[in-house]
Amino acid sequence: MKAEQQYIDLFSQCEDLICRKSAPVLNALRAEAFAEFERLGFPSLKGEDYKYTDVARAFAPDYGLNLNQLEIPVNPYDVFRCDVPNLSTSLYFVVNDMFYNKALPKAHLPEGVYAGGLAEFAQQYPEVAGRYYGKAAALAMNGMTALNTMLAQDGFVVYVPKATVVERPIQLVNVFRSDVDTMANRRILFIVEEGAEAKLLACDHSIDDVKFLSNQVVELFAGANARADYYDLEESSVSTTRFSSLYVKQAANSNVVVNGITLTNGLTRNNYHVSLEGEGAEISLCGMSVLDREQQLDTYSHVTHHVPRCTCNELFKNVLNDHAVGVFSGRILVKQGADKTSAYQTNRNLCTTRECRMYSKPQLEIYADDVKCSHGMTTGQLDENALFYMQSRGISREEARMLLSVAFTSDVIEHIRVDALKDRLHKLVEKRFRGELAKCAGCRICK
Amino acid sequence: MQDSKTVLDEVTKGDYKYGFVTDIDTDVIHRGLDEETIRLISAKKNEPEWLLEFRLKAFRYWQTLEMPDWALLRIPPIDYQDIIYYAAPKQKEGPKSMDEVDPELLKTFDKLGIPLEEQKVLSGMAVDAVMDSVSVKTTFKENLAEKGIIFCSFSEAVQHHPDLVQKYLGSVVSYRDNFFAALNSAVFSDGSFIYIPKGVRCPMELSTYFRINAQNTGQFERTLIVADDESYVSYLEGCTAPMRDENQLHAAIVEIIAHDHAEVKYSTVQNWYPGDKEGKGGIYNFVTKRGLCKGEGSKISWTQVETGSAITWKYPSCILAGDNSVGEFYSVAVTNNYQQADTGTKMIHLGRNTRSTIVSKGISAGHSQNSYRGLVKVSPRAEGARNHSQCDSLLLSPTCGAHTFPYADIQNETAIVEHEATTSKISEEQLFYCQQRGISTEEAVGLIVNGYAREVMNKLPMEFAVEAQKLLSISLEGSVG
Repeated sequence: MKAEQQYIDLFSQCEDLICRKSAPVLNALRAEAFAEFERLGFPSLKGEDYKYTDVARAFAPDYGLNLNQLEIPVNPYDVFRCDVPNLSTSLYFVVNDMFYNKALPKAHLPEGVYAGGLAEFAQQYPEVAGRYYGKAAALAMNGMTALNTMLAQDGFVVYVPKATVVERPIQLVNVFRSDVDTMANRRILFIVEEGAEAKLLACDHSIDDVKFLSNQVVELFAGANARADYYDLEESSVSTTRFSSLYVKQAANSNVVVNGITLTNGLTRNNYHVSLEGEGAEISLCGMSVLDREQQLDTYSHVTHHVPRCTCNELFKNVLNDHAVGVFSGRILVKQGADKTSAYQTNRNLCTTRECRMYSKPQLEIYADDVKCSHGMTTGQLDENALFYMQSRGISREEARMLLSVAFTSDVIEHIRVDALKDRLHKLVEKRFRGELAKCAGCRICK
Repeated sequence: MQDSKTVLDEVTKGDYKYGFVTDIDTDVIHRGLDEETIRLISAKKNEPEWLLEFRLKAFRYWQTLEMPDWALLRIPPIDYQDIIYYAAPKQKEGPKSMDEVDPELLKTFDKLGIPLEEQKVLSGMAVDAVMDSVSVKTTFKENLAEKGIIFCSFSEAVQHHPDLVQKYLGSVVSYRDNFFAALNSAVFSDGSFIYIPKGVRCPMELSTYFRINAQNTGQFERTLIVADDESYVSYLEGCTAPMRDENQLHAAIVEIIAHDHAEVKYSTVQNWYPGDKEGKGGIYNFVTKRGLCKGEGSKISWTQVETGSAITWKYPSCILAGDNSVGEFYSVAVTNNYQQADTGTKMIHLGRNTRSTIVSKGISAGHSQNSYRGLVKVSPRAEGARNHSQCDSLLLSPTCGAHTFPYADIQNETAIVEHEATTSKISEEQLFYCQQRGISTEEAVGLIVNGYAREVMNKLPMEFAVEAQKLLSISLEGSVG
């Protein structure tokens, strides 16, 4: 319990401070979260679900926390311009775990829609916030979620009320900026109510070279007949450790697309918990990564079918280079009575060096008989014949490898429902494979 | 639909055909487990000092362990002190011919459908019948001896071939391997021992029928198969147990060693008492089975048809250490009523160009839970390893469960590992098509299920395939929907 102790002490000492700088809705869950965190601690390597990611070690160093919610002297909008060409988005920033309210876009949002800081949202609309905050993320799920709930003060909220369609995608840029090693407890709420539609693009970027630890919890609520897209691009640095838990709660006939792309990172653990609670709900849960050097990506997904006629499509692909480590652990649980379920789970991995490691564990747990479920998993290398064929057509071996790798990952990107973003990501991935610094072309630090 | 439901129910309600108790004198020792018990077992079997040491070491290690609980199984607590660890049919003088074998015992085998004599002569099998842990009679021994093949009970092997036993015992499954391996290593009573010398192709299928008879006795057999260079053997194991109310524990160990270019085929048909329709009673089948492909180009193939036992928890595995070695695993697991199964395989690729194939077919009915759990591991030095896994599950009732937990740990970039799994129920269309052609629902389901399991059934030796096919139909009688 060593790693846990410093957070327990911190909370015991600073509870007042944390609460003072936050909203009552967020404070309401802290005591319970604290109790859960004390009980659970961080998951151990001995458990099946965290066999390859040493959580306690990641949380052990002494990170700075911005509990005073002091403003960080930076204008991310100046430093950073994460443009998607041909795509107009409403752009928001979160610096570490604080919403940046100095450079808000001109409001193009339909009436009733809220996009902005969580702290402010919880103050202004405590009733709505109380209805959703912490309702998808079960505290007992893991120690990190409990820790996040215990410490979270701010973050980002998109709230789309009933029958409202937000045409323009909302873009959230998470910037890590600090002079000392920093931990960020970011909390994101993405609420799409009955019959509403919205798209949220989130990307993570580290500006400084200090160590960052991000402990993020995202809650996504899709009401009946709602459509929600959540795209998550990680483009941080090798010294960034990220724990992200996404909780999705879906009502009847809702349609959700989740796509997580990891291009540059240090150690990342992405948890996806999906709960299909209304008949006819559909989710497409995808992810891809390009990993090299010492990068590690640990993907965990748990989709629960509670009711009949839900559909789940999972597709995760990893390309591993150098000493990279990839982990995929996916579980589809079909509860008794959830008939007419369709659930598909695919995990494909490309290992290109001797030193890289891939651990894959796709799982089905089915308690209903009238279902169609399947999963497939492959781990291998590029097809020698295909490489040879391309070489015989005058394409260099390196180029051929690159083209085949790009092709390998492209079908994950194809699941994205924003064309301009698709094109952008195809390019980014290609650049990534070419070894060019794959930061967004529009930003200053790469120029 | 109504029709098929009734038929299904009838099928699933099929009673256990093999429930009967044979009245033979059994020599049992007191309940409970301590060093004294182990010394007693060892003394009764007249074992050498080193074997007693082995048992004691295992026992001391076992005492430090706790029963694992990671499987998707609900296991009622087992009181290890309430088990009789040794039960042997009382030995008069060792029988020299069939006439001397206890007629009651012979009748038991008759009921099982394995008359030792004629049928085996006709089918050309040699049977080493194990009843409650002690080998009663071994047939065809002389025939085999001519070729230099050793096929005898484990205790005989300890007496006559101690060097071989000492060399290989625990070399694949160490007593430190897991909780049940430690327990078995401490208290194992008997089993089979096979040694195939260099270059010999065993001319017949070797076979053992395990059968648990006495009440409240755990069965802890130990099988050791050694195939020397360029040899071949096919071994069949069939298991039944009479109907008993209390659960009985069965924790066996099977070790196989295949040297250069040797091939071992191990087939199991397991139809131990699965408990009644309310899930009362039945056997706990917690077995550690592992084969070591030690030599270059060696091959070990596991085929299993699991229809019995209240709880089945086993993973017949292959360690592919030799270059170009091959591991295979074919399994059909049927669970009905309240049976539970968590079974699969482990393929550990260590050598170069090693290949493994996994085909697993799960069929669940009633309130049963059926899980496939398998590991494919490719170590950093296993160049060019190749694996293909296929796991299908068939669900026959709305209350049963089918689960798949494949693990793949890949540490070499030249590996190609594939896993596929599907879960579904019998397609209405297929059923309808059969019915339309005048085939009753029950028959149709039988046909479809047999077709579904065919890939695995084809891997069984002829004699077993027939029995296994019948078993499949019996186990599923009344479970179509």
